[in-house]
Amino acid sequence: MSEDRQGRKLAYSGHGRRHFGGGHHMTMPAEKAKDFRGTLRRLVIYLKPHRLKLLAVLAAAVLSTVFSIVIPKILGTATTELFEGTMLKMRGVPGAAIDLAYISHVLLILAILYGLSFLFSYVQQIIMAGVSQNTVYQMRRDVDEKLARLPLKFYDSQPYGEILSRVTNDIDVISSTLQQSITQLITAVISMVGVVIMMLIISPFLTLIAMVTLPFSLLVTVGIAKRSQRYFTRQQKELGLLNGHVEEIYGGHSTVKAFGREREAIKKFNEINERLYEAGWRAQFISGIIMPLMFFIGNIGYVLISVAGGIMVAWRSIPIGDVQAFLQYSRHFTHPITQTASIINIIQSTVAAAERVFAILDETEESPERADPVIISRPKGEVRLEHVRFSYQAGIPLLEDLNLEVKRGQTVAIVGPTGAGKTTLVNLLLRFYEIAGGKITIDGVDIRDLRRGDLRSMFGMVLQDTWLFNGTIKDNIAYGREGATEEEVIRAARAAHADHFIRTLPEGYNTVLNEEASNISQGQKQLLTIARAIIANPAILILDEATSSVDTRTEVHIQKAMAALRQGRTSFIIAHRLSTTRSADLILVMDNGRVVEKGTHEELLARNGVYADLYNSQFSAARLDNEAV
Amino acid sequence: MLKLLKHLKPYSKLVVGVLILIFLQAFAELYLPTLMADIVDVGVVSGDTDYIIRVGGLMLLVAIGGVFCAIIASYLSAITATGFGRDLRSRVFARVESYSLTEFDKIGTASLITRTTNDITQVQQVLLVMLRMMVRAPMMCIGGIIMAVSQDAELSRLLLIALPVTAVAVAIFIRKGMPLFKDMQQKLDKLNLVLREKLTGIRVIRAFNRVEYEKERFNQANLDLTATAIKVNRIMAAMMPLMILIMNFTTIAIVWFGAIRIDSGAMQVGSLMAFIQYAMQIMFSLVMVSMMFVLLPRAEVSAVRINEVLQTRPDIVDPEQPEILYGQKGFLQFKEVSFRYPGAEQAALENISFSAGPGQTTAIIGGTGSGKTTLVSLILRFYDVTSGSILLDGVDIRKMPQEKLRAKIGFVPQKAVLFSGTIRENICYGKENATEAEIRQACEVAQATEFIASRHDGFDAVIAQGGVNVSGGQKQRLAIARALVRRPEIYIFDDSFSALDFKTEARLRRALKKETAGATVIIVAQRVATVMDADQIIVLDNGKIVGKGDHQTLLQTCSVYREIVASQLSEEELA
Repeated sequence: MSEDRQGRKLAYSGHGRRHFGGGHHMTMPAEKAKDFRGTLRRLVIYLKPHRLKLLAVLAAAVLSTVFSIVIPKILGTATTELFEGTMLKMRGVPGAAIDLAYISHVLLILAILYGLSFLFSYVQQIIMAGVSQNTVYQMRRDVDEKLARLPLKFYDSQPYGEILSRVTNDIDVISSTLQQSITQLITAVISMVGVVIMMLIISPFLTLIAMVTLPFSLLVTVGIAKRSQRYFTRQQKELGLLNGHVEEIYGGHSTVKAFGREREAIKKFNEINERLYEAGWRAQFISGIIMPLMFFIGNIGYVLISVAGGIMVAWRSIPIGDVQAFLQYSRHFTHPITQTASIINIIQSTVAAAERVFAILDETEESPERADPVIISRPKGEVRLEHVRFSYQAGIPLLEDLNLEVKRGQTVAIVGPTGAGKTTLVNLLLRFYEIAGGKITIDGVDIRDLRRGDLRSMFGMVLQDTWLFNGTIKDNIAYGREGATEEEVIRAARAAHADHFIRTLPEGYNTVLNEEASNISQGQKQLLTIARAIIANPAILILDEATSSVDTRTEVHIQKAMAALRQGRTSFIIAHRLSTTRSADLILVMDNGRVVEKGTHEELLARNGVYADLYNSQFSAARLDNEAV
Repeated sequence: MLKLLKHLKPYSKLVVGVLILIFLQAFAELYLPTLMADIVDVGVVSGDTDYIIRVGGLMLLVAIGGVFCAIIASYLSAITATGFGRDLRSRVFARVESYSLTEFDKIGTASLITRTTNDITQVQQVLLVMLRMMVRAPMMCIGGIIMAVSQDAELSRLLLIALPVTAVAVAIFIRKGMPLFKDMQQKLDKLNLVLREKLTGIRVIRAFNRVEYEKERFNQANLDLTATAIKVNRIMAAMMPLMILIMNFTTIAIVWFGAIRIDSGAMQVGSLMAFIQYAMQIMFSLVMVSMMFVLLPRAEVSAVRINEVLQTRPDIVDPEQPEILYGQKGFLQFKEVSFRYPGAEQAALENISFSAGPGQTTAIIGGTGSGKTTLVSLILRFYDVTSGSILLDGVDIRKMPQEKLRAKIGFVPQKAVLFSGTIRENICYGKENATEAEIRQACEVAQATEFIASRHDGFDAVIAQGGVNVSGGQKQRLAIARALVRRPEIYIFDDSFSALDFKTEARLRRALKKETAGATVIIVAQRVATVMDADQIIVLDNGKIVGKGDHQTLLQTCSVYREIVASQLSEEELA
């Protein structure tokens, strides 16, 4: 069920949700952009490459609208001819007849005009389809490329649902606005002007009558829109609460059951549901009467014009065809007003959406690469940290003057309680974050003198968060190195002790991992990530030993695989196992984001500090038990 | 969709009201052109100003009546649709809450959430549109035809051509457009998927230096989507202009043939004018009806999914005549229990027998997929055993009300789930009327006091939805406190210490030992250190018990246990 995954959070993120059924846009509250003009200007810049096409669209829109405006007037002449003819006949004027030739002539002109109007509005839509889609294509692409240049700091501060919503929902809003609303706006404005002109030409007096209804439509539009916006906002809020409650209760279904709290959950649900209903029906009701009311006002105009026009025709001060045309114009006249109101609303939320997209494009990027990067062709994997200073947040220093020297093939174990910042070092080595002072060198070269890509290709990483993508197992392993052959994939899998389980899968190496990769176990995922690191054949390894949800048998495999992988490579291990730390060349003990102790197993035990404490605590309970026995 | 509509029953009177009102409104709408024709054919021709004004007044009355009907109809339809949505949501939620884990797993959490929220909103929205527009369109269509025929039956034959042409055009668009729309949705999903993977895997992508590759992958999806979107929009671009073209040509035809009829004296000019308007209304309503074909399939998908929820009934229901418990407190016994997940080939648990009593700690250890969590779920009766029985104080747990059973158990799940609310509220989830002292005691044992105190509001600190503002270890400790505050007869810890560091875990276990002294304790664990001091350790492998006894015994008798131990402790620690 793709719509499930598509992100239920997105569907309710508030903006960008299009409702079916006309008239809603006017009544739903529109978000306002902070810098409307600036954003609009940037949006226009996106359209610039298409300016010739847009000119064509404009021309087509103008032409098709102009044609549709003159048509009622011409049709009116046919009606007039019919009416005059009949009137003459009725009065018994000799030789009086309807001039069918004249009518056929008029109708022929009409047919041509209708045809042209169709052609132009079609052309306008066709061009716009290309322009709007290509524009949002470019926009999505820009955002994607921007994302690739943003530092990890950005990702830490932004929930990915939020970013996702900008690339999909917000850009979607922009797309449909470009497709529909812009041409609609042009057409609406031109018709409004054109219709007023035509009405004035036909009869200033009737125009005045038609105008009488205008204040009413404005009053209704503004008044109702205000009221309904209030209820829509409330409805949206309750809907958010309801969704939150549902997510929470369903997410914790077994906990709710275990503690027997189903009744309370239902009670709370019904309370929110009731409030949603109260706000919901009011919002729907009020937004539902706006169209009938506008129709009604239109009908008043219709009646007034029919009566006044009828009397004028009866007095022979105006041809009947003109009244007929005028009736059509007056319909056209109220329509664009409602339309313009809702389009303005749409454009407002579009600009707000565009602003959010541009906000991403404006984020500060990673510092640029050096123009003449150093290239290490055969990395040895000697890592040095000299006086490294670092902090995630200004003012809260984490690393101060950290010095470290790791020789080729050595193992560094990083230990510490959960949340002690063990990944900080990893982040710095891979240059996911920039250090504030000092320098990090690999084989004597400052990592800032390397291209990021070259730096990172020296590393292989196996993290606790086993990220795999929706593709075959083969592709996932081959991800480690571009252009890896099938043979290499299998060899890597074997080395990672993953070959066996892969072969037991129905499709073997071609098994497609589903979106959550839930068709293989957590431990198996870990083995795949190890294989992926093996195939990358890095000089330096970064391993996270945390395998909390892995069964012991698989764990043995993982450990073996990791040991094999470590051979001859410099390794940084986020260690959870004392056997690892004991054999490490250097142990870094971290707490509260800082390196608090540094040394070998023996040295640290002798110091009797944090590490010794940690080491002793693991078996204290067991010891207690033994003592009791 | 139709099946769901039976839930509209309480609103049947309102629906009838809507139908009548919309009929009246449509009638009013359709009556206006006829009156206008009268103005022309009678008033204008004869120059009777009074008549014109009289008929004009009548038109105003008709218009007022029409808008009056429309407003009331809008009110009734809003109440009906939102009320229907509310009832349906409430029903679905209550049903889902009655599900055992079997039904829950079958549909899936994410899908259930969508079904309770989005799907119902979708159906509600479509119902509203149906009540407002879809009901009106056929009425306008049929009414329009009747009025057109009454104006001039002869000329109405033109409609015999115009209507089928419109209908065919609409049908063609639907047939061509719908698959493309679906296609586009799929490609949009694909783009989302690629992007989501990119966002969640940002570190891996950068570490493996595959930024360019990912860029290309996104670009492909983007191009693909754009191509389809352009195709869809181009097809749709033709739709409205073409509809208008058909209408306009119909107008021309009407005027031409009307002119001939007027020439021969068979028709009047006013009638012709009215006729044109009717023709437009009829054809426009046809286009509206076509909207139904676009909306209904979407709602249909949702409706089917909602129905599935409502039709799924929980397997596990309370016994009609529950047995009364007496005697021992918390004596648990598994008797040759086997369990197979629905549809699974292999049994998840086979022939499990053991007993656990008050004051005793039973640990369960074994690899992933060995059935540890399943075993625990059976005690809570999240699932029913396939064969054998589980007895609590001598009574089969299937013979007691689920609520009574679960009230005896303090359960700490593998994945600690907290609910939005204060820390206090979360702990009181275990026991609604827990006193301050009980709460504090539970937190003390769970090693949570310290971090709670470090929070600005202490026990009143608010936990955000999903517990995102507390760490994994803190979540686990709160979940433990929540179970402790119940002071249950049976404690179940399902791998509940995994997010704690060794030190905290050791302290916690020491405190727990005292707290749970008189109760039956079941601990599921991965770490040998956690289970070593249990009174009885049960080693599970592939759903079967392969060892039972204390640490020392098992070291001697059970090879699987030895293997597990060997992977975690070094030689010297074993000694």
